[in-house]
Amino acid sequence: MALPRLAPGTVLDGFVLGPLLHRGGMAALHEASHPDHPDTPLLIKIPRMQEGEDPAAIVSFEMELMILPRLSGPHVPRFVAACGFEAQPYLVMERIPGESLRPLLEALPRPPEEVAALGAQVARALDALHRQHVVHLDIKPSNILRRPDGRVVLVDFGLSRHDLLPDLMAEEFRLPYGTAPYMAPEQVMGLRGDPRSDLFALGVLMYFFVTGERPFGDPQRLSGLKRRLWRDPHPPRALRPDCPPWLQEIILRCLEVDPERRHPSAAQLAFDLAHPAQVPLTPRAGRAGRDGWAAVTRRRFNPEARPVFRLPGAARQQSLAPILAVALDVAEEESHQGALRAAVERILATLPGARLACLHVLRQNLVTPDSGLDSEGRNRHAVSLARLKHWAAPLGLPEERVTYHVLEAVSVAAALLEYVTVNPVDHIVLGARTPSLRRRWLGSVSAELAEKAPCSVSVVRPRRTGPEEEN
Amino acid sequence: MRFAVLADIHANRQACEACLRHAEGQAVDRYVFLGDLVGYGADPDWVVRMVRARLADPAAPALVVRGNHDEAVGRGDTAGMTGHAAAAALWHHQRLSAEDRAFLAGLPLEVEAEGVHFVHADPADPARWTYVTDAEIARASLEGGHAWLTLCGHVHAPMLYGLTATAKLAAFRPAPGVAVPLLRARRWLAVMGSVGQPRDGDPAACYAVLDTAAAECTWHRVPYDAAAAAAGIRAAGLPERLASRLLEGR
Repeated sequence: MALPRLAPGTVLDGFVLGPLLHRGGMAALHEASHPDHPDTPLLIKIPRMQEGEDPAAIVSFEMELMILPRLSGPHVPRFVAACGFEAQPYLVMERIPGESLRPLLEALPRPPEEVAALGAQVARALDALHRQHVVHLDIKPSNILRRPDGRVVLVDFGLSRHDLLPDLMAEEFRLPYGTAPYMAPEQVMGLRGDPRSDLFALGVLMYFFVTGERPFGDPQRLSGLKRRLWRDPHPPRALRPDCPPWLQEIILRCLEVDPERRHPSAAQLAFDLAHPAQVPLTPRAGRAGRDGWAAVTRRRFNPEARPVFRLPGAARQQSLAPILAVALDVAEEESHQGALRAAVERILATLPGARLACLHVLRQNLVTPDSGLDSEGRNRHAVSLARLKHWAAPLGLPEERVTYHVLEAVSVAAALLEYVTVNPVDHIVLGARTPSLRRRWLGSVSAELAEKAPCSVSVVRPRRTGPEEEN
Repeated sequence: MRFAVLADIHANRQACEACLRHAEGQAVDRYVFLGDLVGYGADPDWVVRMVRARLADPAAPALVVRGNHDEAVGRGDTAGMTGHAAAAALWHHQRLSAEDRAFLAGLPLEVEAEGVHFVHADPADPARWTYVTDAEIARASLEGGHAWLTLCGHVHAPMLYGLTATAKLAAFRPAPGVAVPLLRARRWLAVMGSVGQPRDGDPAACYAVLDTAAAECTWHRVPYDAAAAAAGIRAAGLPERLASRLLEGR
């Protein structure tokens, strides 16, 4: 089915084609306009269907037709209109007024701090996508755009998988579809649908940006693609000594062959990138060179050393690996702290991939600036941190599942609200105020959080035993 | 046009009422009864009366096709049926009026509306009552058919088959309540679940809403009083297995 190339000025269902912006292997992208959408810059995508071209391009366009209208939020282009192959096919969406990350490839390497900040933005966008049941499966610089306000937009869902819709691409993997340098090992093996495949691709991107080298090159054959299943890349610090150990830790964790060893969710990856000081350093951080030939040979030839890939489903993986926050008043009585700990322990017990952020807000005096020292001259910040760690110790969480944060703010509620908004927290747990602490902070705080937080809020209150405590 | 499609009601009044009530909130234009109105359950008269009333609705006459149980009950001929199915079919045959029996036996095997082909069993040969239970049968049906979309029942478990642009067969188990887009340029075979006797492990009644303008189909699961339906089957003296399976969805 060969259709004529469409020139600017052509009208499709009222959409007027503007200048050609890009002609790719699968589709042409034009600016577009429509009298009903006078204020929205539009982009129209028209699939290429010349004789002899890969027919999977048609399937890929149809996957995007199915997925894009079902996505929402600032991290995807807004869907406007579409037509399938029953007539001249096209897809109209919001045109993002910003460039992709592709031009940055001309100016590599980039400073590590910039790469981490960018990586965190992309991870936030992936988190938003995964929560909508979609795994992108083609994360690379040209598919990542930035809005003028810096927010990241993911484009091109032609290879994506929606775990509640039929996967028309699943039957097409006589060759794995994706972009060779960025493709996760499980994707190379034909598995479509693990959200952690996107974390691998983002790890490749961060590695490339920070070192100027692609961790697995740009293989052109399947055998070259499969090499990443057994051959580890040079650690970033070997190529770029000023890459901090925490960033090497994060990047190499993204590049783990077994998805189970990567971050359990994009939200958790975003969290680590935003809190460098809290990233627990494992031997990955200190790695100075690649594995020796003995280890590589074992991975390559011993079938038992190969990871077994399974598909968790985008939203399911997300729901098993939430970020839980607990707000503690470290001056609170031990009994109440114990009740809070018991509640958190019960939640964590059911969620093996969850991580916990322990928060305490140090109230700052609005009128007179705080010295940061209490009456005995101790550093209040350090004391609060020690108390948070003391509170969490009985939970027995491994280092990579718990972090501690002392926030300083005038308003406790505002500080907690900002924290759970900026960080992709799924659930915050806090204690109810106790009678003895009446008018201390938690009374109005829990009400305000319950009303305004973009996540679940649990308020823990030890069972009152008698009416006298009602006072 | 929005169709509510109810397949394999099997004389289960409680399940049918729950689905019809649910469909009232779905802005439905027309009802489709995809065969096997009767058989197995305790309320054949109620179901047949309800369907005949909706068929006679001048504003939006329902579409109805014949299932194998409708044929057996209508004709009083249970050849080829298993013991439990035959026992219930004979009981229904005796219980229904001659007019109702003639109505069931005279239903068409297939109907078409809005470019959609409605049939109870395998669309490739509706009178053979073949179960579309695997990809091979689905592929044969899709390749032999001409409609953009075919809806069938008979299997009692929801499923969607589609032929991709590269003629590969995609098989998909729809998630409840999630609208599935059905690309206009491809061919689709949508297997409805069962209203009155689900067999996919979920005892909730299953029906679907098809929106031909949006080209989307949504399979809904509707919880209902299965214990009452089972009690009715026991009270009628029908085989115990027909009652207990409603509670298990098997």
